[in-house]
Amino acid sequence: MPLAPPGRGQPLDWPLAPIITDPTRMTHALNAALAALDGIILGKQPQLRLAMTCLLARGHLLIEDIPGVGKTTLALALARVLGLDFQRVQFTSDLLPADILGVSIFEASTAAFRFHRGPVFAQMVLADEVNRASPKTQSALLEAMEERQVTVEGETRALPDPFFVIATQNPAQQIGVFALPESQLDRFLMRLSLGYPPVAAERALLMERERRDLLAELSPSLHPPELLDLQRASREVRTAPALIDYILALLRATREHAGLRQGLSPRAGLALRRAAQAHALIEGRSAVIPEDVQAVFVPCVAHRLMPAAEADGGAPRAEEILAAVAIP
Amino acid sequence: MSDYLPHHALLRLLAVLALVIAPHLLRLPLWESLAVAALLGWRALASARQWALPPQALKLLLASVAFLAVYQFYGRVTGQNAGIALLVLMLSLKLTEMRSRRDVMVVVFLMYFLLVTHFLYSQELWTVLYLLTSSVAITSVLIDAHHPGEPLPLRQSWRMGGVMILQSLPLMLLFFILFPRIPGPLWGLPTDAGPTRSGLSDSMSPGDISQLILSEEVAFRVSFDTRPPPPEQLYWRGPVFTSFNGRTWTASSEDLKRRIPAEIEVLGGEVRYDLTLEPMRSRWLLALDMPDPRRLPDKARVDRNGALVLDRPLIERRQIQGRSFTRYRLDAQADAALLDQDMEYPPWSNPRTQALARQWREQGLDPPRIIDAALRMFREQEFVYTLEPPLLGRHSVDDFLFETRRGFCEHYTSAFVLLMRAADLPARVVTGYQGMEANRFGDYYVVRQSDAHAWAEVWLADRGWVRVDPTAAVSPERIERGARELFEGVRATSGLFGAYTDWRERALMTWDWVNAYWNGWVLGYGPEVQQLFLSFFGLDSVRNMLLALTAGITLVLLWIGAGAFGRAQAPATTERALLLWQRAGRRLARIGYVQRADEGPRDFVERVREREPALEAALDTLLDTYLRLRYAGEQDRALEIRLAAAIKHLRRPRP
Repeated sequence: MPLAPPGRGQPLDWPLAPIITDPTRMTHALNAALAALDGIILGKQPQLRLAMTCLLARGHLLIEDIPGVGKTTLALALARVLGLDFQRVQFTSDLLPADILGVSIFEASTAAFRFHRGPVFAQMVLADEVNRASPKTQSALLEAMEERQVTVEGETRALPDPFFVIATQNPAQQIGVFALPESQLDRFLMRLSLGYPPVAAERALLMERERRDLLAELSPSLHPPELLDLQRASREVRTAPALIDYILALLRATREHAGLRQGLSPRAGLALRRAAQAHALIEGRSAVIPEDVQAVFVPCVAHRLMPAAEADGGAPRAEEILAAVAIP
Repeated sequence: MSDYLPHHALLRLLAVLALVIAPHLLRLPLWESLAVAALLGWRALASARQWALPPQALKLLLASVAFLAVYQFYGRVTGQNAGIALLVLMLSLKLTEMRSRRDVMVVVFLMYFLLVTHFLYSQELWTVLYLLTSSVAITSVLIDAHHPGEPLPLRQSWRMGGVMILQSLPLMLLFFILFPRIPGPLWGLPTDAGPTRSGLSDSMSPGDISQLILSEEVAFRVSFDTRPPPPEQLYWRGPVFTSFNGRTWTASSEDLKRRIPAEIEVLGGEVRYDLTLEPMRSRWLLALDMPDPRRLPDKARVDRNGALVLDRPLIERRQIQGRSFTRYRLDAQADAALLDQDMEYPPWSNPRTQALARQWREQGLDPPRIIDAALRMFREQEFVYTLEPPLLGRHSVDDFLFETRRGFCEHYTSAFVLLMRAADLPARVVTGYQGMEANRFGDYYVVRQSDAHAWAEVWLADRGWVRVDPTAAVSPERIERGARELFEGVRATSGLFGAYTDWRERALMTWDWVNAYWNGWVLGYGPEVQQLFLSFFGLDSVRNMLLALTAGITLVLLWIGAGAFGRAQAPATTERALLLWQRAGRRLARIGYVQRADEGPRDFVERVREREPALEAALDTLLDTYLRLRYAGEQDRALEIRLAAAIKHLRRPRP
């Protein structure tokens, strides 16, 4: 196509060469999945996109919100459109690790112990109100998330692949909760909050049928093998040296900031890169651009930033750091 | 019909093809030029209107007709002229089946080949400049052919083509200097040789030299190692004619057969010079009177009449290191039998001239007096030296001496020699050049065809052959100032030449100087010059030349390879992309859009695009190419060029 002088001719908008083997089908399926989610969770497109990004980056998601804004619905909808089997665990203070991981029970008929898998063996696990459980139970889940395997009674068992945990917690409730320690928060790739829906979306929500009924009608747009392909592809998305420089500059800014107790860890840097790659893939690009980093920076980083005790002006928010760092 | 090349890329190809064929059109028959033009025009229309290309049978028919037409016209299909006519025609016919990428490549490479054939006709500096331009143009088509669907802007592909041709120069120079030369002209063809050049011929009749004098062509250039001789001694000796048929002087056939050289005794006045002789397809070499017989140019000998002659006609430019002596004695002890033939003339012709000479003889005049009598006649009677003499009848010398009395050097010389012979003195006609013109820019002189001259030699006992120039008797200025200056007025009035203003003369001199170097160093770079030049570097054998050539090519390739390796190592593409992006930023800042430090390129471009819909296309290209180059790791010069081109459009459109 020739270069048309400005004002005439059509815009020269060709997509960057995708690197997925079957690009049209894959992006099509991704878009279909996102559209289906959008039909369930109304008016929350950015969050849905980020949740999908988190999933493609093989990370786990922490949703921090008040009850009733659709956390569970989101998890269910995600599981359905991606064709994943789903387990939900309601965390309470008396929940034991075995309740999550599973337990070996002696069976009289075979005269042997047989392992009964816990809910964590599902491809998608919703850990509802994760901060209500005891630290011991919390760490059992978080270790499983990190290792992608569980060791019960000396025997190691692999968790399924794909494996995706969505944990929710309610920040407003402070009584009888065990707040997740910082080291555990680091295990979540992203933290999102859904918030109240916009008015128009809430109107539609009230007028339409029950979400649960709609969920039941949802058919999968992707299947686990394709999801794995997409996760692999996301790791192949090119991150140019200039972008690595950008991520490094962002990390340094948090480390040098007086308002923060400590800067971001290298693991946070890796998380940022992985999330940016997945974001680029969702946008149909074969290379990360600065906007990808910016899109994932706040959800990836906000829950890892610890305000300094003596910080007077208050801790900087992730957005402020983003605005303060120049793109190299 | 779907063409590999989009319409305007195809138009570019057709334009370049026309450029490449154009110089041949002057030499091709009219019907062929028309056919070529028709084919080019048809192809352009076919591409615009999406016409189908002709079927196989029609193409076969067209090719056969073209073949037969060339054969009909030239009587052959090989050889220089017919071969090129066929090539041009077939290349144009190839357009009728040019569809795929492969066809385009064939046409492009045939164009390169056709380009070379121009050298068969001319190797002037102009030709070389034209061909260099054309080769850049062809290369730009080649570049277009590699960007199907979206050819680069014309200026970019030309620039890229130019750079590529420049990059090939080192290899070209290496081959030119080091590849062993074979004797013979670089671009000569054995059969149907090129056009004849004007120059001295093998005979002289009235009007021959006055025709020659109208030509501004260079005969030779000369530079002197010693002081140049004064004008009255600047006689450049060429063919000598001893046989007269009443009208025309020719070399005697016996002289040509006999290989006894004239006896030259040198007395003094040594002149050493370097002479670059243009190829005039003549066997005669020119030398200042008289050449040193002990130091003759290679492959040349002195003939019986003291002229330098080659075994074969000169078809390539030749450099001669000459040594001459202006004081000499020529054939002082000549054989009387040999001299007899220098006194012959047809007894039936020019009776009045014969009678006059007989009268002088009967008066008992000795030879010097006879010579003097003839010269006095020219001087004292009303003889006029003119470029436009009247036509002469059967007895041409009689007519000239007693009727018209208007003539040019050949008339005077012819009449004088006949008078001498009729008076029983051995005499002959010498042709050559007289005078020269200094080039103020180079330390050399130019002798043109307009300096052609004819004079006489008379044999006197004990003194040998003595030069007598009857023209000098009539018009001494001719010898002192040169014919060119003398006939300035004639040329101006005859309308052949404009007045020589100062600037024009200077331009001509400069051009001649450039050409002299071109001829001397480029076209004259034959086996001898190559050997001489390369022996400075110790490369005196073919084996050493080839070794040096191989080493040179290896070095050039290594250098190119190292460059490519360096480029692969350094993140040069992304650096350049960033520089271009900053340039784009400066342009956008000028119309009020500044990118924030934390603003990503896409966000920035989208912000501008919302406000400036007119820039949409340029902004999209800018963003796309920049992201590809800087972040997607694409290493494509074409993308950079596109990016640079998009930047040029980033200005607020005028209302």
